[in-house]
Amino acid sequence: MNTAASGTLASSPSDRSALTPSPPVRRGRGFGTTLVPYIFLAPFAALFLAFTVAPLVYAFYTSVFRDTLVGGTQFAGFANYLRAFSDLKFWGGIAHLALFGVVQVPIMLGLALAFALVLDRGNVHARSLFRLGFFIPYAVPSVIAALIWGYLYGPVFGPFTQAANWAGLPPPNFLSDGAMLFSLANVVTWEFTGYNMIIYYSALKAIPQDLQEAAIVDGASAWQYARLVQLPLLWPAILLTIIFSINGSLQLFNEPFLMRAIAPQVIGTSYTPNIYAYFLAAANQQYNYAAAISFVLGIVIASVAYLFTVMTNRRGGTAT
Amino acid sequence: MKMALASGGIVVERSRHLRARRMSTLLLGLFLAYTLLPLFYLVVASTKSNQDLFSTFGLWSGSAFALAANLHDLFAYSDGVFARWLVNTFVYASVSALGASLLASAAGYAFAKFAFRGRDAFFAMILGAIMIPQTALVVPIFLLLARQGLTDSPLGIILPSMISPIGVYLMRVYIEQGVDDALLDAARIDGAGEFRIFRSIVFRLIAPGFVTVFLLSFVATWNNYFLPLIVLRSPEYFPLTVGLSAWYQLASAGGGGGKLLFSIVLAGALVSIVPVIIVFLMLQRFWQGGLALGSVK
Repeated sequence: MNTAASGTLASSPSDRSALTPSPPVRRGRGFGTTLVPYIFLAPFAALFLAFTVAPLVYAFYTSVFRDTLVGGTQFAGFANYLRAFSDLKFWGGIAHLALFGVVQVPIMLGLALAFALVLDRGNVHARSLFRLGFFIPYAVPSVIAALIWGYLYGPVFGPFTQAANWAGLPPPNFLSDGAMLFSLANVVTWEFTGYNMIIYYSALKAIPQDLQEAAIVDGASAWQYARLVQLPLLWPAILLTIIFSINGSLQLFNEPFLMRAIAPQVIGTSYTPNIYAYFLAAANQQYNYAAAISFVLGIVIASVAYLFTVMTNRRGGTAT
Repeated sequence: MKMALASGGIVVERSRHLRARRMSTLLLGLFLAYTLLPLFYLVVASTKSNQDLFSTFGLWSGSAFALAANLHDLFAYSDGVFARWLVNTFVYASVSALGASLLASAAGYAFAKFAFRGRDAFFAMILGAIMIPQTALVVPIFLLLARQGLTDSPLGIILPSMISPIGVYLMRVYIEQGVDDALLDAARIDGAGEFRIFRSIVFRLIAPGFVTVFLLSFVATWNNYFLPLIVLRSPEYFPLTVGLSAWYQLASAGGGGGKLLFSIVLAGALVSIVPVIIVFLMLQRFWQGGLALGSVK
């Protein structure tokens, strides 16, 4: 509107805008040379350096050394990384989570998408009740969520066990070796479906109303409108949630760590890579190797996210 | 009811519409039941005595209403350390959130309204940091703190929690859209100092964004587990998540005192989620705005 009203001399806005038609980001000339922006940035930058950049640099530095009983700490080059790449405990953890990601992430995001589409269409009672109710688990700390589900699964006084006993059926064993991944997947689905749904829902709300009107005029069914109009427009949000979910799955720690309390035989000290890193660092003080494990996990996550983005971009380019 | 349906096409169309509405409400209702089941269980279970926990059906009330007794036990157990955890959690979460939202506002303002050397490179770094989840940094932060001898200190929790790259991103977008350059220039012409401008003009305009970042950081710190678990050793510094999970492990390990802990742990779980849920319900419009902004990149 009146973006032209600027400058250093006081005069009437109209004649100055005629003299100096300044571009919107012209501020750099006046203040860019001063320290002002750096001062505003400094507090954040200081903490960012201290608690994001420095830990990563230091962890990398740590990871190229080796603690030997006789010789103290010695430079080891990439020996820790070579060890990690052939460490079956580490890859066992990745394998658990790969299975987890292939099953749990699609189910969770599929449900979230379906609910968001239904709520967006509006042909449903008590819309805001559902929107809020689905989101509530996100406010519950994941530790507490795992704890509550742990009690629900519990073989002693869990209600499912009680119900089975009452009906004379064999009680379900949610905590067995074979069932544990699914039990964990259920906890994570419970926690994050609503969160993802809200992201999709907000993205759907941003789609202009006239697109829907145009689609109706053209005789599109609700299903066609969802598939041909809404989904393509939603794609950036979907891609983001997929990457965040895969990322989160590979980082899984709280839920299995809590379940370890009630199923120590099933969840060992390397059930997920982060649990492995935790026991290496905190319990065994193998700092060098723990640092290397953290980095290899980071590399795995970054590669998966990158591969996924590239693959979907290529597909998006050729299809439709 | 069915009789009315046979009177013309519009009515048929309407009835189909109504049936679809009933179907989708039913489907969503099923999922809502699933969503609320654990919370319902928690509320019911925390009103039961330890005996009733084992002897009565988990999803229905027990023989006596023991919520008050459980809460009393909860705050009395182990010299009342639970109250300490509650206070710790509150302090960690509010100090971290206040710090995070102040730092993010100032940094976001610098990015939004100034051109300076290194701006794009640093902003790209922050965007990259959004993709690093906090858990990935926990072990490196622990290693660094251990090296400096700074483990087992509340600062080891609070300072890392003050960094909110997504907050900086949100505030930058918010300030770019919500603060008019002309207003800032007018203030400069009037001779206002840069910090005065930030404090009394910019800050007022970005209050909703500030609340969003505050809320997201508050909840993230309140719910954080991995970082305090690995950094803190002394129970008097624990937040609720770490303290309760320690009791949970104790209770599950069984033994003499373990069994008695079940009702205490359940009451503690209830106490630790109620504040967050209330905050979320009260400040709906802020987190919904934040999530929406976060998803539109």
